Amino acid sequence: MPDPVSPTAVTLTVNGETRVESLPANLLLSEYLREHLRLTGTHVGCDTSQCGACTVLVDGLSVKACTVLAVSLDKSRVVTVEGLARPEGLHPLQAAFQARHALQCGFCTPGVLMTAAGLLRETPRPSPSEIRAGLDGVLCRCTGYENIVAAISEAAESIQAAAGGDAIWPS
Amino acid sequence: MAVLGQSVPRREDVRLMTGRGRYTADMVRPGQLYAIMLRSPHAHARIRSLTTERARAYPGVHAIYTGRDLVGRIAPIPTAWLPPGSDLAVTEHPALALDTVRYVGDAVAMVVADSLEAAREARNLIEVDYDVLPAVVSVTDALRENAPRVHDSLPTNLALHWRAGVDVSDAFRTAEVTVRRTIVQQRLIPNPMEPRAAVAEYDPGQESLTLWATSQNPHIHRLLVSSVLNMPEHRVRVIAQDVGGGFGSKIACYPDEVLVSFAARELRRPVKWVEERQEHFVATTHGRDHVEEVELAGRRDGTITAVRVKALANLGAYLSTAAPGVPTILFGLIVTGAYDIPRASVEVMGVYTNTTPVDAYRGAGRPEATFLIERLVDAFAREIGMDPIAVRRKNLIRDEQFPYTNAFSITYDSGRYQAALDLALQALDLPRFREEQTAARREGRLLGLGVTTYVEMCGLGPSEVAGAVGFQGGLWEHALVRILPTGKVMVMTGISPHGQGEETTFAQVVSDRLGCPLEDIEIMHGDTDQVSMGWGTYGSRSTAVGGGALAMALDRVIDKAGRIAAHTLEADVADITFDGGRFSVRGAPDRSVSFAEVALKAHLAWSLPAGVEPGLEAQASYDPANFTYPFGTHAAVVEVARETGEVRVLRYIAVDDCGPLINPMIVEGQVRGGIVQGIGQALWEGAVYDETGQLLSASLMDYALPKARFLPPIEVLHTETPSPHNPLGVKGVGETGTIAATPTVVNAVLDALSPLGISDLSMPFTPERVWRAIRDAEKGVGGRNHDHDAV
Repeated sequence: MPDPVSPTAVTLTVNGETRVESLPANLLLSEYLREHLRLTGTHVGCDTSQCGACTVLVDGLSVKACTVLAVSLDKSRVVTVEGLARPEGLHPLQAAFQARHALQCGFCTPGVLMTAAGLLRETPRPSPSEIRAGLDGVLCRCTGYENIVAAISEAAESIQAAAGGDAIWPS
Repeated sequence: MAVLGQSVPRREDVRLMTGRGRYTADMVRPGQLYAIMLRSPHAHARIRSLTTERARAYPGVHAIYTGRDLVGRIAPIPTAWLPPGSDLAVTEHPALALDTVRYVGDAVAMVVADSLEAAREARNLIEVDYDVLPAVVSVTDALRENAPRVHDSLPTNLALHWRAGVDVSDAFRTAEVTVRRTIVQQRLIPNPMEPRAAVAEYDPGQESLTLWATSQNPHIHRLLVSSVLNMPEHRVRVIAQDVGGGFGSKIACYPDEVLVSFAARELRRPVKWVEERQEHFVATTHGRDHVEEVELAGRRDGTITAVRVKALANLGAYLSTAAPGVPTILFGLIVTGAYDIPRASVEVMGVYTNTTPVDAYRGAGRPEATFLIERLVDAFAREIGMDPIAVRRKNLIRDEQFPYTNAFSITYDSGRYQAALDLALQALDLPRFREEQTAARREGRLLGLGVTTYVEMCGLGPSEVAGAVGFQGGLWEHALVRILPTGKVMVMTGISPHGQGEETTFAQVVSDRLGCPLEDIEIMHGDTDQVSMGWGTYGSRSTAVGGGALAMALDRVIDKAGRIAAHTLEADVADITFDGGRFSVRGAPDRSVSFAEVALKAHLAWSLPAGVEPGLEAQASYDPANFTYPFGTHAAVVEVARETGEVRVLRYIAVDDCGPLINPMIVEGQVRGGIVQGIGQALWEGAVYDETGQLLSASLMDYALPKARFLPPIEVLHTETPSPHNPLGVKGVGETGTIAATPTVVNAVLDALSPLGISDLSMPFTPERVWRAIRDAEKGVGGRNHDHDAV
């Protein structure tokens, strides 16, 4: 028989909503998001933390949700792809992804978007080669990446062009 | 505004970018159970005993099934492509191994439990006693006398033996020049980013089954799954929702989807199975895996007179759904490529080995054909001291030869091959590249150019041909166009896109023909209860064949609406014109009625012309007259680092001709994505088995998928030569990238290495392999095939 996993108390904020939870200690953040919160935009594409489809923002940094235990995120703020768009419409990253055809099957897209969000928070005006390096943690099998690179460049420009670039990031 | 030819943003995107896509793994059905498979860790073994008692007793376990439990209850997994004249030896493929496992990953038991955790714990309690047997992994080993046999029921490991073309020995005997190569086209693992998944639910009242699955062809899955389960076809519904890429790997009927369906029917509970990535590496079909002896005969002036191909195709442990057709029909009939080569002969031996079954992977046969002819043309050019571009130009099929019947009696529909080559060379600026190359070589830098002129055969295809070549299905396509009383449009199409964007491109076709806004159109696909019939998305057929059906159905709708409009406008039908969404009386433009008004009248049926039924919908089935034959020229400039063997692709230029572009942005996306997969084969990807049949490259840590930072920008250009037989003129573009890119990059690298005397090297061109070749060449042992770890 396996050891029963004792529930652990944790308070975390997901897409702006604070939650007080009692979670099994072995529960991955990806499992918590997908199965407990039914936020199925966070995808699981591998079992070795290579594909990056599960990438989310944790306290503003892009993190692979399959590598983090949910209970380790006490007092953290998590943003998933569901939290990226704003009430008034698509986030500039999403708008640029659509305009530049940066997705095809869409399975890797949530992780790519959140990776890009983390990248632009740290490097607001990345060069194409910085973007390509920044995409090292994600795999896309459909697009060949080029349109993703173009979309992130375009989003970076439109975020910079908008007044108060910081306000664009969900927290 | 014209909507065809516009880069309309995709309507699929918003749901997929906001986390609202519906992939199979996202589903939760009330009361669902979780299935996992226990897979063989051995490539070849007898199952001495299989004990499940402890596992069955584990809390939360609902059932454990083994091969024995299925005997007489479900049929074997079928093979659905049986090429005639191929001496095909189909063996029984049980969904769960009975007494012998034949590859690492072969399923031996399925556990169904309340939770994944319980299922995993229970799986650990299943005891299997294996008697490990010798395994065969490579095709050459498998054909040796006294090789271990994968199937006892067969005398050898030969699965099929197929020939096409004519005897070319005369042409070779009398040739001024012959070149010969041994070519290894390594095994690839498709790796769509979404692993396979299946959720099955049985309704005991209706005695019906619903299977949600990651499928490229739900109607084919309905047919095959219902037959394996021995359920009437009309009681099985297959639904492919959002599917996260396929590349051929989601065509086949696998044991897993059948097993999940079986369990749901047995247990009367929904059952869900989601493939793990490492499971994907062993349990989902692989691609390519040829060893070929290829020869070209020609004259010193550069004319190619004959080609001879002997290919050994590794088919793995069982014949997967379409497997026998891939290295035969889809490969052998097009090995002469884009060239006017009068005589050719192909012999293919398909071989069983103790490896994961091999089936379609993006391009399926045509990349293998293109690779060998493009390698041969470069080798020939080098042999006679001629520029490989000049050799291509000399042998390309000329515009006036179309329709052109090749050495295997297949007829290429249309082409302007020289124009595509010219455009690519112009974009490249060939004279400038030659200067750069000369300068680089003077400095000892290894700079190379590869140019591929290709043609491929897609838009599968006429059903009559499907039958003639043994495909156990039709290859026509179906569309239903339903106009609602408000003029809104619902389209049900039999194709099943999973990234290709037909929800957008098909809406563009509808909008163009009916003159209605895109927002008024819904393109529905993937549900066998919703869509009458269809054969699915593969072989670059969706727009060519599915779009043809759509165009025909739209014409029928317009025809009926025109009769109602004529009645309404009190005019003769012959005087009615339709433009911009309005029916008008010729010569009296003020007498007109909109399409939406006609739609309402059709449904109200208060006043319809005699003989016209109420309602406004039409369906059409389109069976093409021929395949379509996209073509083009790709060019790559690479530099090889002498010290490390690392290959950098500096430029990549693609000129593709797939006929008119409905949505250029989507076409370019298909081209770029395919090229990167093709570069992946040339430089990084490869399945590696050890001699015992263990897959060493069995995770994303060990199997190198292309990453953003190793790739160049890709320059995408087009020529547009319509297919004369297709209602939209389109040819298909989903596979041109993998077909053209691999030989382009390989020939570029070999051009870069040519100053060192290296004339051949096997893929993938990893830094280590290239570095070893450079080192050997510098030691003076260059020129041989550096096939260090090819299987």
